[in-house]
Amino acid sequence: MEAGAELNRLRWRCTRRAMLEMDILLGSFLDKHYAGLTPEQAAVFVALADMEDLELWPLITGKRECENSLQAEVVAMLRNVKVK
Amino acid sequence: MSKITIPVRKFDAVIVGAGGAGLRAAIQLSEAGLKTAVLSKVFPTRSHTVAAQGGVSASLGNSEEDHWHWHMYDTVKGSDWLGDQDAIEYMCRKAPEAVVELEHFGMPFDRTDEGKIYQRPFGGHMSNFGEKPVRRACAAADRTGHAMLHALYQRNVRANTQFFVEWMALDLIRDAEGQVLGVIALEMETGDVVAFHAKATIFATGGAGRIYYSSTNAFINTGDGLGMAARAGIALEDMEFWQFHPTGVAGAGVLITEGVRGEGGILRNSDNERFMERYAPNAKDLASRDVVSRAMVTEINEGRGCGPHKDFVLLDITHLDPATIMKRLPGIREISIQFAGIDPIKAPIPVVPTCHYQMGGIPTNYHGQAVNPDGSTIKGFYAAGECACASVHGANRLGTNSLLDLLVFGKSSGDSVIEAINADPKGLKELPADFADRTLARLNRLNTQKGGASVNETRLEMQRTMQKHCGVFRFKDMLVEGVSKICDIEKAVHLTEIGDKSQTWNTARVEALELDNLIEVAKSTMVSAEARKESRGAHVRDDAPDTAANPNGRDDEVWLKHSLWHREGNRLSYKPVNLKPLSVETIALKTRAY
Repeated sequence: MEAGAELNRLRWRCTRRAMLEMDILLGSFLDKHYAGLTPEQAAVFVALADMEDLELWPLITGKRECENSLQAEVVAMLRNVKVK
Repeated sequence: MSKITIPVRKFDAVIVGAGGAGLRAAIQLSEAGLKTAVLSKVFPTRSHTVAAQGGVSASLGNSEEDHWHWHMYDTVKGSDWLGDQDAIEYMCRKAPEAVVELEHFGMPFDRTDEGKIYQRPFGGHMSNFGEKPVRRACAAADRTGHAMLHALYQRNVRANTQFFVEWMALDLIRDAEGQVLGVIALEMETGDVVAFHAKATIFATGGAGRIYYSSTNAFINTGDGLGMAARAGIALEDMEFWQFHPTGVAGAGVLITEGVRGEGGILRNSDNERFMERYAPNAKDLASRDVVSRAMVTEINEGRGCGPHKDFVLLDITHLDPATIMKRLPGIREISIQFAGIDPIKAPIPVVPTCHYQMGGIPTNYHGQAVNPDGSTIKGFYAAGECACASVHGANRLGTNSLLDLLVFGKSSGDSVIEAINADPKGLKELPADFADRTLARLNRLNTQKGGASVNETRLEMQRTMQKHCGVFRFKDMLVEGVSKICDIEKAVHLTEIGDKSQTWNTARVEALELDNLIEVAKSTMVSAEARKESRGAHVRDDAPDTAANPNGRDDEVWLKHSLWHREGNRLSYKPVNLKPLSVETIALKTRAY
C-alpha cells in the first residue's frame, strides 16, 4: 500500500473510534506528533491505535502497566497531548 | 439508462451498522439460518454503543419492588407524552426478558450480595408511577455498553454472521413500487462500489450527533442511515428532538455519565448551592435530563455559572467515599483527569449541557418495520436503535432506555425479517436497471468537482449553525434565520471538492460522503424545530413559556403529533401520537413535573 493510503487508513482508525475521548486524543496525536516519531515509535503507535478503546485507556491513565519501555515512551507522549 | 454496472452480491438480509442494534438483529437472522451481511464503517466492537456507560433498564426488581408498568409510566412521562404508548408498553414489558437473554449470551453484569444482577438508580426512573427513584438500571461497572457489544459480537461469531468491516453504505436501493432491495456500499480499502442485493435491509446506523459543534458523540456518528433514507424518499420523524446531556466536560464535550448522580453526585453553582433542589424538589439531581439541562443553563444565564467566564457549573462527588468512586465510577475519574485536568475525588468537575442523543429518526412500528406516513410498512425495510423512531423516546429519552431500545427493537426487527422471508418464498425481486445511477453520479460529481467548498470548513459551518440556532434553548428568530442558513450551507455541501482522487483508503472522499448525510439530518432538525411552536421535552422555545393554559409551554391541542420531514420540497407533514397501549389503559396526559 502506498504511504499516503497507509496514513489515511491510520487516520481513519484514529478518528473513527468507539469513544469521542479517543477520537480526540489519537487524532490530536496524529496531527501533532506522528510525523516526528522514529520508525520504532511509529510502529508502537500503530499497534496502540489497533487496540480497543477500553484496553488502551487503562494504559493512558496508568492503570495498566505498559509492556515495555518503548511502549511506555509513546503512551507518555499520548498522555501529554494537549487536547484543547 | 444505466451506463456503468457494479458488482452485485446477494444475501437474505443486509444490516447496516454493527453497534448494539445491528448485532442484536444479526443474531436473530444468523441463528435462523439466513445468509446475513453486516456492513460497518469500523470493526464491530469499535461501535459507539461502547460509550453507553450507565446501564440498561429493566424492571427486574432485584434490589427493591419494581414493575414494567411503572417503567412504562416513566418512559411515557419522560417522553413528554410524544412517545407511542404501544411501542413503549412493548419495550418495557420485553425488558426483563431482553436483559436475561443478554446474560445468557455471556454479559458480565455486576452482582448483588445474593448473586442477582446489580441495579442502580437513574434519572427519571421511579417506583409506583412517579413516587420515588427506583433502582432499575442493570450495570456492568461503568462499561455496560462495552460489555454488551462484546457479548453480542461473540454470539454473532458463533452464529457465522458475515461482517464487511470498513465498508460504508452509500444509498438504499428502492424499486418503482417503493420496495427496498438492499444497499450500495463502498469498500474503503479498494474504493470498490458494490450492491448488496437482499430480501430485507435493516438500518442500525446509530445517531448523528456530529451535526452539533459541542457533542458527546464519537466522530463516527454522522447519521448515514438517515441521509440514505431521506435521499430514498423516506420521511424522517421528530427530528427536532435532540437530547442534550446535562454533564459534558466543559470545552471537550466528553460525557460524564448520569450514573455519577445515581451514585450521589450533586450539581452546584458558583454560590456552591445545590440548585436542583429549587427546580425538582423530589428527584433533585436525578430529575430527567432535559429538566437538569434547562436548570443548568438557567443558572449560567442568570450569572451563577463558574469559572472566569461563568460558563459552566460543577458536578461534585468530593463528599463520596473515594473507595466508592474507585469501585463504581473508575472511568469517570480517569476522564475527568485527562479532559478537565481535575481529580474528582479532590475537586468538582466543570460541566455543561452537550448534544447527546437523537430521539427522532426513521419512522418504524414496534416490530422494527419502517413505515410510511400513513402507517403502512415499507416493504423490505427495517430500522432499530438510535437511527429509528419507534417512537419510544418521544420528546425526551430516559437514561438507560437507549441500550434497552437497541436490544428490544434489534430483536423485533430481526424477527420481522424472518417472518417476512418465510411468508414470501419467491426470493429476490429483480433490481431496477438504473439502481446505481444516482449513487454513481454522486461519486462522479465528487471526483470531478472544481472550485468547490472544503469539506472540513463546510462541516464546521454546519455544526456552528446548529449549535447557535438550534441548541438546548431555542428562539423564534434564530430558528427562522437558521433554516435559511442551513439551506445555504446545503448548497456548499453539494459542491464540496476533495484534493485526493485515489481509490485506496480515500478518507477525504468518505468524509465528504458523511457530510452528505449530516446535512440531511441538520436540515430536517432545523426545519422541524422552527415549525414546532411549543416547548415539549428536549425542544424548548423561549416563545413557548410555562403558562397556566400550557404548562411547561406544551400545547397538546395543537402539537400532540409527530413531525415528518420530507426531503423532497423540504416540507413537513404530521401524524398522530399513538396513545393506546397494547394491554393497559392509556397513560393520560398530564403536566410533566419531577
